[in-house]
Amino acid sequence: MRQALLHNVIWFAVFLTVPGAMGLLGAYLLSQVRRFQMLFRAIYFIPYVVASVVNAAVWKMLLSPTSGIGHLLGIEQSWLGDPSTSLLSVNFVVDWHFWGFLAVIFLAAMQGVDPSLYDAAKVDGAGAWQQYRHITLPGIRPTMVFIVLMTVIWTLKAFDYIFIMTEGGPAGSSEVVATLMYKQAFNEYSAGYAAALGLSMTLVTAVILAVYQWMRKKGWEDA
Amino acid sequence: MSATTMARPAPAGVARAASGRRRRRLRLRGGTHYLVLVILALFAIGPLVALVFNAFKNNAEIGSNPLSPPTSFSLDNFTDAWTRGDFATTMRNSAIICAGSVLGTCLVAGMAAFALSHLRVPGGGAVVTYLFLGSALPVQLFLVPLFFLWTRLHLTDNLLGLIIIYWATDAPFATLLLRSFLLKIPKDFTEAARLDGASSFQIAWRVVLPLAWPGFLTVALIVALWSWNEFFWAITFIHTPTLRPVSTSFLAFQDQYSTDWGLTSAAAIFMLAPVVLLFLALQRKFVSGLTSGGIK
Repeated sequence: MRQALLHNVIWFAVFLTVPGAMGLLGAYLLSQVRRFQMLFRAIYFIPYVVASVVNAAVWKMLLSPTSGIGHLLGIEQSWLGDPSTSLLSVNFVVDWHFWGFLAVIFLAAMQGVDPSLYDAAKVDGAGAWQQYRHITLPGIRPTMVFIVLMTVIWTLKAFDYIFIMTEGGPAGSSEVVATLMYKQAFNEYSAGYAAALGLSMTLVTAVILAVYQWMRKKGWEDA
Repeated sequence: MSATTMARPAPAGVARAASGRRRRRLRLRGGTHYLVLVILALFAIGPLVALVFNAFKNNAEIGSNPLSPPTSFSLDNFTDAWTRGDFATTMRNSAIICAGSVLGTCLVAGMAAFALSHLRVPGGGAVVTYLFLGSALPVQLFLVPLFFLWTRLHLTDNLLGLIIIYWATDAPFATLLLRSFLLKIPKDFTEAARLDGASSFQIAWRVVLPLAWPGFLTVALIVALWSWNEFFWAITFIHTPTLRPVSTSFLAFQDQYSTDWGLTSAAAIFMLAPVVLLFLALQRKFVSGLTSGGIK
């Protein structure tokens, strides 16, 4: 249980930073270009609409030590079969399918920032980075806070890809709370323990949602 | 004289050179932007493109060249995968599940959204908060009680049993999304109809529905996508192979032929193609619906 929870914490840290950073980068670049913006947006979004079983199959193939990318490069690493890399490998696949979704959300938020602020900044001689740092990022702060809070919930729910790709193994090295709960319910037949885990997950979710509502009521300005 | 005529164009030339430099710098910046955008695009769909390539190759070719385009286009993998994976049956199951989930969710969520937007419901605000909570709760909460309940009701290993679960899990999101569409319909319209003696049901059917169909189309697309891709409930409640939807049967197929990458790639395409084609055709609806339902 403690191990699974620790894995959730690691999962949260990576799942927040990697897709978040890629999403911000993608959204910023998309907001700067005119031609093909819709095309790139569509391409980034595609992995998000593809079924988890299909995405998992694609990456099982690409991460396979006998026929994958590693094999092609001469690295004989069993990414999913080695306890030291299994959790991060599955997390990588989830990041891959998810960052485009974040990019589209951030792009919508960036397009909502008042354009006159950028004009004023240009008059004052602000460079591209300064504009990004002092106008874009504060402008999309409500969205970013929302995503951070939701990431906690998404982390707790993380199940599909782990269950499909490693089933929590090898040797529990990619076990998280949701997969542990499933096993408790159906492999160990301890329904009570599983139900208690489910209820605990819900409690955390409820707290997160309460924080979100509270911040929204209070107004984002002093959040 | 000649000196002045020579001198005259000079400032214009300087200005042109300067603006040319600026334009070049802009184009250069645009160029690096596009370069990074293309790299990100390759990262996003490169793996899926490799999957499409591999579906046309035999295993010897995949082993020696897992990422490059196929040298010959053989459809053997597709015909093999279709019969061995029994895709005719599982695709039909998934189609039934999608249709059932879409119809039921649109009906339930449509009526709820109409009530929450155009009728005076006591405690409507609390219901909206409740639905918001319901759309974000981890589905794992329902796992244990639902399993016992469904076993008692003989709804396990039953397509309808799965469809009912999808109604329940998707309705909160669908109601909130439809409500935001219905709120845009002016109250004048519904009140005028009411003055003419129309009942609430007639207003919903004759006035609101014709105006709100884009919202219903968005909800239908998202619910269909979720039911097609759904994994957690499908693997929990459907165990008979002939009743499986395409998602869990694909997983079983992949476990069975785990090293036959050509075969499993072809099978994956059966599952992937309808979704990607529909997405490309109706991209805006998918993106707007999914980003507003991103809470899930």
